[in-house]
Amino acid sequence: MNHDAIRDKVAIVGMGCCKFGENWDKSPEDMIVEAAFEAYEDAGIDNPQERIEAVFCGAVYPSKGTAEVADALKLFGKPVSMTQNYCATGTDAFRFGVFSIACGLYDTVLVVGFDKPKDRGVSGPSAVTAGVRGLPMTPAGWFSLCAAKYFETYGAGREDLARIAVKNHHNGTLAPKSMLKREITVDDVLKAPMISWPFGVYDCCAQSDGAAVAVLTKRELARSFRDDYVLVKAVAIALAENPQSDPSFDFLRWKPNVYAAQQAYKQAGISNPFKEIDIAQVHDCFTLTELLTYEDLGFCEKGSAKDHIANGTFALDGELPVNTDGGLKTFGHPTGATGVRMLYENYKQLQGKADRRQVKNATLALTHNLGGAPQTCGMTIIGTP
Amino acid sequence: MVGITSYGAYVPMFRLPFGAIGAGGRKASGGSGERSVANFDEDSVTMAVAAATNCLEGIDRASVDGVLFASTSYAFKEKQGASLVAKALDLRRDVVTADFADSLRAGTTALRAAVDSVKAGSARNVLVIASDCRVAAPRSALERAFGDGAAAFLIGDTNVAAAFEQHHFIADEIIDVWRTEGAPYVKSWEDRFVVEHGYASNTVEAIKGLLKKAGLTPKDFAKAVYYGPDARSHGGVARSAGFDPKTQVQDPLFGKLGNAGAAFAPLLLVAALEESKPGSKLLLANYGDGAEAFAIAVTEHVAKLWTRRGVKWHLERRAELGDYDKYLAFRNLQPSEFDRRSGQGVSATVHFRDRNEDISFHGHKCRKCGTEQFPFQRVCFKCFGRDNFDEIRLSDRHGKLMSFTFDFFAGSPDPPLIVTTTEVDGGARVYLQMTDASPKEVKLELPVEFTFRKIHEYGGTPNYFWKCTPVRQ
Repeated sequence: MNHDAIRDKVAIVGMGCCKFGENWDKSPEDMIVEAAFEAYEDAGIDNPQERIEAVFCGAVYPSKGTAEVADALKLFGKPVSMTQNYCATGTDAFRFGVFSIACGLYDTVLVVGFDKPKDRGVSGPSAVTAGVRGLPMTPAGWFSLCAAKYFETYGAGREDLARIAVKNHHNGTLAPKSMLKREITVDDVLKAPMISWPFGVYDCCAQSDGAAVAVLTKRELARSFRDDYVLVKAVAIALAENPQSDPSFDFLRWKPNVYAAQQAYKQAGISNPFKEIDIAQVHDCFTLTELLTYEDLGFCEKGSAKDHIANGTFALDGELPVNTDGGLKTFGHPTGATGVRMLYENYKQLQGKADRRQVKNATLALTHNLGGAPQTCGMTIIGTP
Repeated sequence: MVGITSYGAYVPMFRLPFGAIGAGGRKASGGSGERSVANFDEDSVTMAVAAATNCLEGIDRASVDGVLFASTSYAFKEKQGASLVAKALDLRRDVVTADFADSLRAGTTALRAAVDSVKAGSARNVLVIASDCRVAAPRSALERAFGDGAAAFLIGDTNVAAAFEQHHFIADEIIDVWRTEGAPYVKSWEDRFVVEHGYASNTVEAIKGLLKKAGLTPKDFAKAVYYGPDARSHGGVARSAGFDPKTQVQDPLFGKLGNAGAAFAPLLLVAALEESKPGSKLLLANYGDGAEAFAIAVTEHVAKLWTRRGVKWHLERRAELGDYDKYLAFRNLQPSEFDRRSGQGVSATVHFRDRNEDISFHGHKCRKCGTEQFPFQRVCFKCFGRDNFDEIRLSDRHGKLMSFTFDFFAGSPDPPLIVTTTEVDGGARVYLQMTDASPKEVKLELPVEFTFRKIHEYGGTPNYFWKCTPVRQ
C-alpha cells in the first residue's frame, strides 16, 4: 500500500455549511442549496454547472438519493453518487471525492453531506429493532458499552464526562451555525434525566438537520481559486469487529478508532499526534465517545483522559483544542452532514477565519467520526500548504 | 411402574399484593396476601421452558421422546406451542409434540396421556409441561384469584419417584368459566353456581370414583393434592370427599401463588412431592369441564429430586410489584405511548434461518482454534477459518457481565431496560437484555444464567429470544 498516494495532492478551495438545527421550515433542498452556494461563493465559482465535474454525496436518511442533490443544484450530465457509512458517511463521501481527484480523473468536484432526520417525527434516533433477535436498541445503549469497565479500570466517572459536555456547550456559543447556544454547568449535566447510564440528556448529542459542502480541486489548480487553500493530508476509514460479539473486545477503547488512526497518521506522516496536530473535531455523539477518542487517537495515554479533561488540555485555549465549534453536542448530528461540517470548522480555523473560536497558529487539523455498533471510524487530516 | 422420574416448577418473581390493586372507584377489596405475576416478557411458553429446564437438570436432553404442552393461555390459536418449547429446550428433532389446551384440566390430562404412551411402549421419556398466564378483567375477583406459573414432569419407567397407579375421569358440560376466541379476559358465571354444580360436585365425584375403583379410602393417602378456584371451595371439597383438611390436604397456596389455571394442580403436585415421604400415597385431582383423579405412589427416588428448584424455592424468590399500573402495563391492559404490539412484526424467513441461535440459543465453536462465538459466523472471529464450526448449546451454561447500561430511552413497560454484554462460560460474547433484576444488583463480572423470554411483540405476535438474569441460590 502506498501511504503517500493522497498527501498534498488535493486542495479544499471552498466550503459551505447551512445553519444546523431543527430546521422545520427548511427542506433538504433548501439546506443543500444554502451550503453549496456558500461553498461556490467561497471558491469564487459562478458557473458550477461547468466547473463541477462530479458530485460525491453522503446521507443516511435521504428521501430520493442522488437525485435529491442533482435536482437541488441542477448538476446534470455528470456523475453523482452517494455513500453510506454510518456516522462516517460525510467523511466517506469526502474521501471518495479526494480519491477522484488524486487519481487524476477530475479537476474539480463537489462533496455534499446532508441529512434531515427531523422530518421523521421522533426526538433522537429511534430505538431500532433489527430482525428477530433484535433488542429494542438505542445508540446511547451501544455507545455506553465501555462505560462500566472503563470507569472501574481507570477511576473515571460521570463528572469527567460532564466536563466534556460543558466544554463543548461553551464552544458552541461561539459558533454562528450551531444549534445550541447555552452555557451549562457540571451540575446541570449530572442532574439531567438519564437516557442510558452513564448518559444523561446532556451527555448525548441531539439530532438535527443540516448540510455541508466542500469544493475540491487538484493542488496545481488551487491557487487559481484562492491563496489560502487547504491541503488534504489523509483520509482514512476503518471497520472493526462488532464490540457486542467480538470475543476479544476489552471494553476500554473503540477498535475502529485505533485502526483508523494508524492509517491516517501513516498517510499524513504523523508520529506524535498530540504535538503535531493543532486542532481536532472528534465525534462527541456521547461524552464518553469523545473521552475514549482522546486516548484511542493517541492524544494522551490510555486512562489519563480524565486528568487532561480536568487540566483543560482539550479546551479552546488548551494545548490541543477539541471540538472548537461545539461539536455534535451543539450542532446536533445530521449523520451525513457531520463529517463535512467538521471539515468546515477545520478549514475556517486553518484559514484564520474562526472569529472568536480562532485557535492561534493552527496548521494541521483532524476530523474524526465513529459510527454503527460502533464499528466504523472515519478520519481526515488537512493542513495549510 | 410408570410415573414421574423428574419434576420442575416455575413461579415468576413478581408478586402483586392484593393491597396494591386499589379500589378503582369501587368499594375497596383490600385483604392480605398476594398473587404471582408473570413479568412483561413472560408468557405461558417462557414459563414452560423455565419449568422444563428445571425438570431436565442433570438429564440428557436427547433422552426425551415427547413433549406435551398444556395451557389455556398460549398465544397462538393455530401454531403449536409444544414444538416451540421443544426447540427452546434443544430437544431431538424426532420428538413427538402435542398441545393440550382449552381446559383447566389440560395439565393432568396430558400427564395421563404421557403415562399411557410410556406404558404402551411408544415412548420412554415424555416431558409434560403445564403453564398458564390467564388474564382477568382489571380489579375483578378473578384477577385477584389468579396466579401465573408452570410445572413440568418427566414421565418414564425407570427410577420412578412417583408412580401413577389408578385414575378416574369424568366429563361434564357446564358453562362456568370460559374465554371465547379473541376475548381478552376469562369470564365466569356466578360463583356459587360454579362451585356447587361445577367444581365441587365434579371433583368430589371423580375422587370418590377413584377410591371405589382402586378399593382405597381417604385414610390410605398421606395427602390430597387438588385444584380449587378459591380457599373456601377448596376446603369444602376435602370435607365432602372425606379428607381431614388440617392434616391431609396439600396447602393450595392461596394468597401466595394464586390459581395458576392448567398449571395449578401440577404445581401443587410438585409442592407435595417436595415434602412427601417415600412409601406414601398422594391423591391428585383436577377440575375443568369434568374432573379427574389419580392415585400416586411415592418411592424412595423422590429424595434425589429435592435439589430441584421447586415450588418452595420459587415462592421464596419474590419481588413485590407495588404499583398496580405496572401490572396493567405488564399485561398490556392500558394504552401507552409505546405500543409494544405495533409495527410489522418479525420476518418469518429471518426467524426460520436464525432459529438455532434465537430459540435453541446455539453458538459456534471453531473446530480449528476453539474460539466460541455468537451469533453464528461463516468466518471465524479469531483464526478466520471458513465454515469450520460445531454448534454448541449456550442456554444451560452460566456467564458473567462484561458490560451493562440502564436504558431509559428504549420503550419498556418497566424502565430502565438493563442491557448487557455477557460472556457465556467458554468465551462467547452475547449482547443480551437482563430480566428479573434491579439496576442496584448489576455490576461487572456478575454471574448470570439464561432464561427464555419474549424479546418483543411487534406485529402482535410474541417473539422469543434469551435474556440473562442473576444467578440466584
